[in-house]
Amino acid sequence: MPPSDIALQSNARWFLKGVLSITTLPALILMTSFVGFSAFALESGITRSQAVFMTLSVWALPAKMILIGTMAGGAPIAASFVAVTLSSIRMMPMVASIMPDMRTEKSPTWLLLFLSHFVAITSWVFAMQRLGDVPRERRLAYFGGFSITLTLVNAVIVGVCYGIVAQFPPMVAGALFMLTPVYFFASIWASARHSVVKVAFVVGVVAGPAIAMVEPKFDVLYAGLGGGTLAYLFDRFVIRGRKAAQSATAAPEELL
Amino acid sequence: MSDPVLWTYIVIAVAGWLATDIWRWLGVLLGNRLDEDSEALQWVRAVATALVMAVTSKLVFFPTGTLAHSPLWLRVGSLGIGFIAFLLAGQRVIVCVLVSISLLLLGLAML
Repeated sequence: MPPSDIALQSNARWFLKGVLSITTLPALILMTSFVGFSAFALESGITRSQAVFMTLSVWALPAKMILIGTMAGGAPIAASFVAVTLSSIRMMPMVASIMPDMRTEKSPTWLLLFLSHFVAITSWVFAMQRLGDVPRERRLAYFGGFSITLTLVNAVIVGVCYGIVAQFPPMVAGALFMLTPVYFFASIWASARHSVVKVAFVVGVVAGPAIAMVEPKFDVLYAGLGGGTLAYLFDRFVIRGRKAAQSATAAPEELL
Repeated sequence: MSDPVLWTYIVIAVAGWLATDIWRWLGVLLGNRLDEDSEALQWVRAVATALVMAVTSKLVFFPTGTLAHSPLWLRVGSLGIGFIAFLLAGQRVIVCVLVSISLLLLGLAML
């Protein structure tokens, strides 16, 4: 067997391992969140095929919720674009932070660009936790197997559950609706590796509803830009500033 | 623009698909050059997290659909207790989900 066939077989094997990781707990929780999303889409006046198209094309749940929120509010397309794109800036550092782990010298850029589409919170946490245990030249296959499957399975879930959720008793529909925010509260806090993320988390949780009562049209933008900047400044000058001051005063003692 | 169905798909493609994938593509291109500990990236992280959590929090405070008629204290209380349980349980996501949803269902059943 020529070496390229062996490599291909091995890539297929790691891709399949990725596909089978669809049964891990974070993936299953995300699937129930998408059952909840299909209820949210239905209640927000989004059709079944629009909800499936959105799942395949946008993929990230927060971006979809913001998109639906602005669309339902009758905002012009430019306002929707600004709100969604601001919520998705975090994609850049998320993708950038896993790229050095995923790529090899030979990885084609088009493949990385294609696979980056499937990055969202769950697949990002998956990459952070598991890529280290995979041979470097198989990481793209493994990540692709998991993340592409995750997107496709959830698109099917949205398509199938869209109608079913409508027949659910109100109590069950309400619980499913609640799954999405509950899932994000826990998974975003759990995946925070920097103090600034936790500060911004708390600021966003408080500022979102608070600003919504005063300025409901651009509340999310204000909470994100204003609240996020406040969180950054607090983290920079109070939390990290104090740590820096402590290490600065500690340093001379260490010298003695 | 005269066809409202087609227009909705255009809105999703432009304001959804393009608006998110731009950043993923930039993430790939900058991936090897971006300094993980730069101040600019710290600020971007803060804005992104605040934005996402503002949206998420609003879903709990101002839900649409069936939950719109449920009391605020039940939704916030369920999530709050679930989140504390999640912190105590070593930040296991499943704990937050199970505790919060169980409490919400219990409350909805009793009211």
